Amino acid sequence: MIATETKPTVQSAYRGFKDGVWREAIDVRDFIQQNYTPYEGNADFLSGPTPKTLSVWHTLENDYLSVERKQRVYDVDTHTPADIDAFKPGYINADDDVIVGLQTDVPLKRAMMPNGGWRMVETALQEAGKEADPEVKKIFTRYRKTHNDGVFDIYTPRIRAARSSHIITGLPDAYGRGRIIGDYRRVALYGIDHLIAEKKRDKDRYIDQPFSEHWARYREEISEQIKALKKLVALGQSYGFDLTQPAVTAHEAVQWTYLAYLASVKSQDGAAMSFGRLSAFFDIYFERDLKEGTLTEDGAQEIIDALVTKLRIVRFLRTEAYDQIFSGDPYWATWSDAGFGDDGRPMVTKTSFRLLQTLRNLGPAPEPNITIFWNKNLPLGYREFCAAISIETSAIQYESDEHIRSHWGDDAAIACCVSPMKVGKQMQLFGARVNAAKSLLYAINGGRDEVTGKQIVTGYEPIKGDGPLNFEEVWQKYDDMLTWVVGTYVEALNIIHYCHDRYAYEAVEMALHDSEITRTMGCGIAGLSIVADSLSAIRYAKVTPIRDETGLVVDYKTEGSYPIYGNDDDRADELAKLVVRTVMDKIRAIKLYRDAIPTQSILTITSNVVYGKATGAFPSGHEAGTPFSPGANPENGRDTHGMLASMFSVGKISYDDALDGISLTNTITPQALGQNKPERVSNLVGILDAGMQEGLYHANINVLNKETLEDAVDHPEKYPNLTVRVSGYAVNFVKLTREQQLDVISRTFHKGA
Amino acid sequence: MTACLHLPNHSTAIPPVPDPLSAPPAKPEPRDFREGRAGFLHSWDMVTAVNGPGTRLTYFLAGCPLRCQYCHNPDTFGQDQAEQVWAEDLIRRIRRYQSSFNLTGGGLTLSGGEPLLQPAFTAGLFREAHRLGVHTCLDTSGFLGALADDQMLADIDLVLLDLKAGDESLYRQVTTQTLAPTLAFGNRLAALHKPVWIRFVLVPGLTDHPDNIRAVALKAAAWPNVARVDVLPFHQMGRHKWAELGLPYQLADTPEATREQVEQAVAIFRSQGLNCPG
Ligand code: SF4
Repeated sequence: MIATETKPTVQSAYRGFKDGVWREAIDVRDFIQQNYTPYEGNADFLSGPTPKTLSVWHTLENDYLSVERKQRVYDVDTHTPADIDAFKPGYINADDDVIVGLQTDVPLKRAMMPNGGWRMVETALQEAGKEADPEVKKIFTRYRKTHNDGVFDIYTPRIRAARSSHIITGLPDAYGRGRIIGDYRRVALYGIDHLIAEKKRDKDRYIDQPFSEHWARYREEISEQIKALKKLVALGQSYGFDLTQPAVTAHEAVQWTYLAYLASVKSQDGAAMSFGRLSAFFDIYFERDLKEGTLTEDGAQEIIDALVTKLRIVRFLRTEAYDQIFSGDPYWATWSDAGFGDDGRPMVTKTSFRLLQTLRNLGPAPEPNITIFWNKNLPLGYREFCAAISIETSAIQYESDEHIRSHWGDDAAIACCVSPMKVGKQMQLFGARVNAAKSLLYAINGGRDEVTGKQIVTGYEPIKGDGPLNFEEVWQKYDDMLTWVVGTYVEALNIIHYCHDRYAYEAVEMALHDSEITRTMGCGIAGLSIVADSLSAIRYAKVTPIRDETGLVVDYKTEGSYPIYGNDDDRADELAKLVVRTVMDKIRAIKLYRDAIPTQSILTITSNVVYGKATGAFPSGHEAGTPFSPGANPENGRDTHGMLASMFSVGKISYDDALDGISLTNTITPQALGQNKPERVSNLVGILDAGMQEGLYHANINVLNKETLEDAVDHPEKYPNLTVRVSGYAVNFVKLTREQQLDVISRTFHKGA
Repeated sequence: MTACLHLPNHSTAIPPVPDPLSAPPAKPEPRDFREGRAGFLHSWDMVTAVNGPGTRLTYFLAGCPLRCQYCHNPDTFGQDQAEQVWAEDLIRRIRRYQSSFNLTGGGLTLSGGEPLLQPAFTAGLFREAHRLGVHTCLDTSGFLGALADDQMLADIDLVLLDLKAGDESLYRQVTTQTLAPTLAFGNRLAALHKPVWIRFVLVPGLTDHPDNIRAVALKAAAWPNVARVDVLPFHQMGRHKWAELGLPYQLADTPEATREQVEQAVAIFRSQGLNCPG
């Protein structure tokens, strides 16, 4: 039994809850399973926004968001390096903030987080028209080594070559890696005193050991975690809450959980700062308060609306170059919901509905990144509500509950876009992605870069002669080149994560994990569809290389027709599968930092544009310098047999070869879903059911007309809240660069006919 | 407790890639077409809310005896460019999508062109789909309705019948053919109580006169088996195809039908007691 058992707050905090393992060990999953109430009904019970909700939202819109939209960055604090307790409390509307807590003292004001690297901070400040406090600069350039410094001390020549030729770009070597989800619920359920006591016990669990670096790091990291938890207590105090004890009411449960999350986004600017799997957890508290008569449905919705409002205004100081890779200011406050429990009960609660309702009450927005674990057996009322909200807002994404639960259990959540992990028990070493398409061109050119002509990789023979390409020969060379590319890439990742742990350790997030956890290495590839189509062209049509005067292959002449990935044609789809498996096998062959489990994702976020820019022409007809299609998508405009056919093709890629997720983004026009709303809803439900049944892992669904997007390019002021799903996340369309906007418009719009 | 972590298989074997070269498909003989084992296919897709309820696998069969001014698939007029396919291969795809049909409330649609131009092939596909329990739908102008025998109709769950105009002279102007066979087919479907959705393409300046719409609506309303009428607004998405085929396109300057025009047409159909979503 937990140490604080006798305290009156604990008794009152746990009143009415069913006991279980969760009382003896830290086990939020068990608490949820023992206590949550599945909801099988429809959306009729939901409430609209309260006056408080509207008043906060209006202040935010009028005083802050509208200003930020005009100048990109609202404000930056140039004196105070960020930390959990670095800033005084701040409010949107002091009287009306139902859930409180800001990253700095003013909404949307960004903070410097220099542990990742000083140069990034300085550039971002300059681009925002600011200058760093010279004292701070001195500290982080002279006294305090950063993650970025560490990485570049270790990088090898081949990594530098691969980075500068853009076969590998966007690595987390100068920014926070993210993709770690603290189990923020623990603070609400147990209170921090108890969490610290447990951490202390863990720390001294292995006390009589001979010295090893592993052992020393274990003790040092836990000490860091405990310090961070103490700062979190101070943060709570500054807002008037005692986080040392468990939450007693639903409002406190949400507030405590949010403050824990806030501590993480105050101290880390990881690329993706995801929120976890929270609806069923919160719902237990809501149900209890509703039953006790201390809360109404309006009040419950108001709390969720207030929380979501806060999750929408997290901001990090980013450079414009960073925006090229992750555009639209995303931070992936991914909130995973629904799916089934291992005991077969749906994990859909009324709070799952309340979360979706925020998109109506507050209007559409990209954050939090609402992620539904979809299963065709979820209650129909919920599936229909999801589909209706997708059609209205294009703001939610779907992942296969089947794949995720069977591999990672029923308390898993998505970090970032598609990366599943057991909450509080597992983290990922984020690996961005490597350019698998450019690797094919390197294979053909024997390691010479097709854009610059420079010899980047040595020791590989190019394909010679002017005759048509031979599939077997190209495949053999590609396989060889991938060994080099993947080897270089994973070497970089090992170095990066070694340094990140040393110089930019995520203490508060890790404090909300078990002390011993599973790590995955989240590698990734970009350009899958181009490789699949190019290999298919080489195999099934006639592809003749075109060389420049130095013999470099710079283009291809392709004659005849060939099967195209994305049309449920096995001949092409098998090639895509083969590429994914081949890359994965090469990753598996390499020893990974901290014995991480090797994984990969087929996901590009918005780097598909940057990658495309740095890459030449392909046998598939993909033109030099043009954007790749996102993630595992078929080539833009070449999946001509309907949205389901493209889902079926992508669904063939083995999830076991891409445990970090396989991303498909689809856009369909409203008319292509049906003539009226009920038809559209039921048809979208059917499409998702059918796609996931055929193995699809992820479905990013936009329901949009091309004309709307085209109009928004020219008249951004008319569409401040137009949300589109890009690749595992949503963005405000008007925040994308023009280039990225055009990329989104050039993607396949499934029109039905 | 949570499911245990499934570690990936460390398999290094390269799966075989299907090789079409190893077994070149036999080319169909004239007999195969005559007896329905093979047919001419323009294309296929798997889309929602266009060719009947739910998400449907639609085979667009090549060849059409009509020449509608507004046709947006003029590349299906003839069969010389079409792919020659085996019924067996098409049936394999129907099987593959069977569970999707169940989940989406969809099924198989044969469209075109004009599926009844290849009656044996069409009948065979419907037969097999019906045997599999797949919902079947025929999308037709009805001009060749006489070629659909009772057995074929028994294998069809829903007919999408194009009523392109309400009287002979306009019908001829729009399609170059006569309306009578379509009306006869409609009467036959009514006698069989076969569910029908009427489709009417609204072309400004050609079919949009209220008198014409009313004439179409009256005919549709006379058939008690008509479950629904869809008004399809004319669009210009087929224009480039006419140009590519080098065919004279008479509607080059015709505007697309507007929302208001559609609503007016819908109102006329509704005034005849027809179910007309829009
Ligand atoms: S019946 Fe259909 S396919 Fe034939 S010409 Fe008319 S619109 Fe085109």
